[in-house]
Amino acid sequence: MNRVQAIIIKEWREVFKNKFVIFTVSFLPLMITAIPLVMLYFTGRSEDFSGLSSADLPPQFLSFCSDLSSGDCMLYYLITQFIMLFMMVPMIVPMTISSYSIVGEKTTRTLEPLLATPVSTLEILIGKGLAAVIPAVAATWIGYLIYAGAARLMVPNPEVVSKLFDPLWLLAIFLVGPLLSLLGVSISVMISSRVNDPRVAEQISGVFVLPVIGLFIGQMSGLILINERFILLLAVGLVLLDSVLFYFAVQIFQRETILSRWK
Amino acid sequence: MSESQPIIETKNLTRSFGNITAVRDLTLTINRGEVFGLLGPNGAGKTTTVRMLAALLTPSGGEAWVAGYQVGKNDQEIRRRIGLLPEAPGLYDSLSAEQNLAFFGEMYGVKDISSRIQHYLELLGLWNRRFEPVGTFSKGMRQKLAIARALLHEPEVLFLDEPTSGLDPQATRLVREFISELRSEGRTIILCTHNLEEADRLCDRVAVVSGHLLALDAPSQLRRKLFGRQVVFHLVDASPRLAESLNGLEGVHNVEVVENKIVVSLEDPEKQNPALVRSLVENGAEIQFVGELRRRLEDVYLELMGSREGKNNE
Repeated sequence: MNRVQAIIIKEWREVFKNKFVIFTVSFLPLMITAIPLVMLYFTGRSEDFSGLSSADLPPQFLSFCSDLSSGDCMLYYLITQFIMLFMMVPMIVPMTISSYSIVGEKTTRTLEPLLATPVSTLEILIGKGLAAVIPAVAATWIGYLIYAGAARLMVPNPEVVSKLFDPLWLLAIFLVGPLLSLLGVSISVMISSRVNDPRVAEQISGVFVLPVIGLFIGQMSGLILINERFILLLAVGLVLLDSVLFYFAVQIFQRETILSRWK
Repeated sequence: MSESQPIIETKNLTRSFGNITAVRDLTLTINRGEVFGLLGPNGAGKTTTVRMLAALLTPSGGEAWVAGYQVGKNDQEIRRRIGLLPEAPGLYDSLSAEQNLAFFGEMYGVKDISSRIQHYLELLGLWNRRFEPVGTFSKGMRQKLAIARALLHEPEVLFLDEPTSGLDPQATRLVREFISELRSEGRTIILCTHNLEEADRLCDRVAVVSGHLLALDAPSQLRRKLFGRQVVFHLVDASPRLAESLNGLEGVHNVEVVENKIVVSLEDPEKQNPALVRSLVENGAEIQFVGELRRRLEDVYLELMGSREGKNNE
């Protein structure tokens, strides 16, 4: 086992004994999986949209519907609205885990013996980062698979549900999700290095989720069309942003300052 | 390597935090196999010194070498070779004793972790509680576990910062006995402590610091340097007249009467005592017994701190 693996296992053993962390990590994915399912349960048949026409949908979206009926197209539109919700999970969950992980080390004074070992700052942050990212991404993927599976049972037309496995969705969940997760961790590391209360770190980090919520609102209101091009551009932007922010996170994690300032 | 070889050397080691200088121009040498005490009041810079030598803080000035590696330049190599018991044990409470040690074993890259863990947990009497969360341990048990953690990778130098602070007398005794065992194994130990009796008992040499170095030597030498050698004569009646009779004798520096005792500061008691006894008897003294007055390290410490305060007040 290398040092990074050892840090990941230690983090999980420690963090998942914290009831508040367990609640946050499990509650958000459950809610974000449950809300769309409840909505689908009540509006899951295309006949429910019989009173609506294609003109009620954003014009750019119609290109996704190809040969779907207007009712099915409306249903597909509804299903895709939750894509941004699923992308919030991998960003918020690691913020909670890494806030408790880093600030927790400071408040319980376990950081000094750890920093006295030959472990590098990069190894510590990669270990702690992955310990936060892996459960968050896993929770997102599991939530998504449950959502897709349940949607299959609730929506009569399999063609609509099969669109959940279009490249657009797969890129969003399996590429943008982990990238957002890394973004959340980098932000959380930077903030956690400067504060002495995990809740403060979590709350400040939470502000950075607002742009994703903005995307969700933009999509719901028809201002933004989330298509494959948008997702790919978002992914490229996130790769760059993650690289820059993780670099800064490592720079901001000043071993000496953390040791000498915290009491 | 011979035991007299230096394992730690500092030259004008300095560390400032903003406008405050915690350690100033500290120059000292610590030899391999030595138990070295760092003594001083709160805020004297003991912990800062240990943190610099443990490659946790970079010096603001001066230089330091630990196990042949320069602090600030070869920090990873230094960290591989030192063990640190910080002021707070810093254990992961929700992890078991075994999991705590296994984690740090991985951090140090220890090859035979399981056998090392078993060795130290058995040695410290914690083997039967290895699966229990550390959060359920008493202070003494936690301290012992933290010492085991510091020793797991068999470091060349062991830094112990206040190892018995906050422990009950029984736990204190256990930890001190363990340090004595480590001493007999020939390990180099740097011991930061407020407990002067502990330092007196365990340390080969001590440095008294207060931002800078006030004194450095073996406890017995410090006593001798500050107070000289003193002989105490217990008499039936210690009158000033008897004390006067000793004043002019060769090698006598000072004579004091304290209750029914006469305390004489001497250069060489083995040589001069017979003349003193003879003089007292000739002047009618009834001697009950004679002994050398042993000053405690606490007296040395208080004397040094008192003279420092005196200088500061001037």
